[in-house]
Amino acid sequence: MEIGLAHYLIVAAILFTLGIFGIFLNRKNVIIILMSIELMLLAVNINLVAFSTHLGDLVGQVFALLVLTVAAGEAAIGLAILVIYFRNRGSIAVEDINVLKG
Amino acid sequence: MIVATIAFYLFAAVTIAAAFMVISARNPVHSVLFLILAFFSSAWLFVLMGAEFVAMILVIVYVGAVAVLFLFVVMMLDIDFKSLRSEMLNYLPLGGMIGIILLLELGLVASTWVFAPDAASLAAAPAPAADSGVTNAEALGRVIYTQYVYYFQAAGMILLVAMVGAIVLTLRKREGVKRQVIADQVARTPQTGVEVKKVEPGQGI
Repeated sequence: MEIGLAHYLIVAAILFTLGIFGIFLNRKNVIIILMSIELMLLAVNINLVAFSTHLGDLVGQVFALLVLTVAAGEAAIGLAILVIYFRNRGSIAVEDINVLKG
Repeated sequence: MIVATIAFYLFAAVTIAAAFMVISARNPVHSVLFLILAFFSSAWLFVLMGAEFVAMILVIVYVGAVAVLFLFVVMMLDIDFKSLRSEMLNYLPLGGMIGIILLLELGLVASTWVFAPDAASLAAAPAPAADSGVTNAEALGRVIYTQYVYYFQAAGMILLVAMVGAIVLTLRKREGVKRQVIADQVARTPQTGVEVKKVEPGQGI
């Protein structure tokens, strides 16, 4: 059986759903939520690259590189915020993050 | 072709299983390790699609940088993960329902869409033919450094801002730490730096 575009789209759809599901399942753990966001961005990248290679258009891969850049920056900033939050409050539970003043 | 088919199903299954373990693992360190596995096997999917450069970048950036960053943070912070997981099952029905609805919607989209008739001719940056001898990395480089150079620069600026932001956020001033202050050192004069004592003979200081 030939592996076509639809196969990759289905894999990406399942990955994206698992990312959303992970956010709901681990409502209290910010680290796992960040990892779920990474999974969703990976699903988007799979979609972009699948369409790019299927249509023979390189723009999809260029855009996947940009998404990768943003994902790396987001992980770095998110984890930095997490570290200083833990330093200040001694906890990373999401429900404790309800005060905006320092 | 049969090898490619088997490889696709193998790596797709590993990716999805690893992604499931990321969100359901009991130990966050295991979650990070499964995240590495998911990225690694999806890099193989990219290779199967014929996008080698993005696959290698995925391995380098995610497995080499982002996942290690996660691992450092998980291991550095002394977090009681047991209490964080205590109400996990409360969110299972709602999360599962939303997940299933989303999956059905995505399945509907994936099963009914069609390409526009002129989609193939609308390519903004057509990939070189497979038999032209131009590799994926070379073709991508030709596009990135010419047509999309501003996007490339913007990506670099995003990384720079993220780096500076992360450093500024986590930098802290500690009390009681002796630091080198160059300005103070440069501003020292013999009057402030040297104290002349009159020592009496045979007395010591």
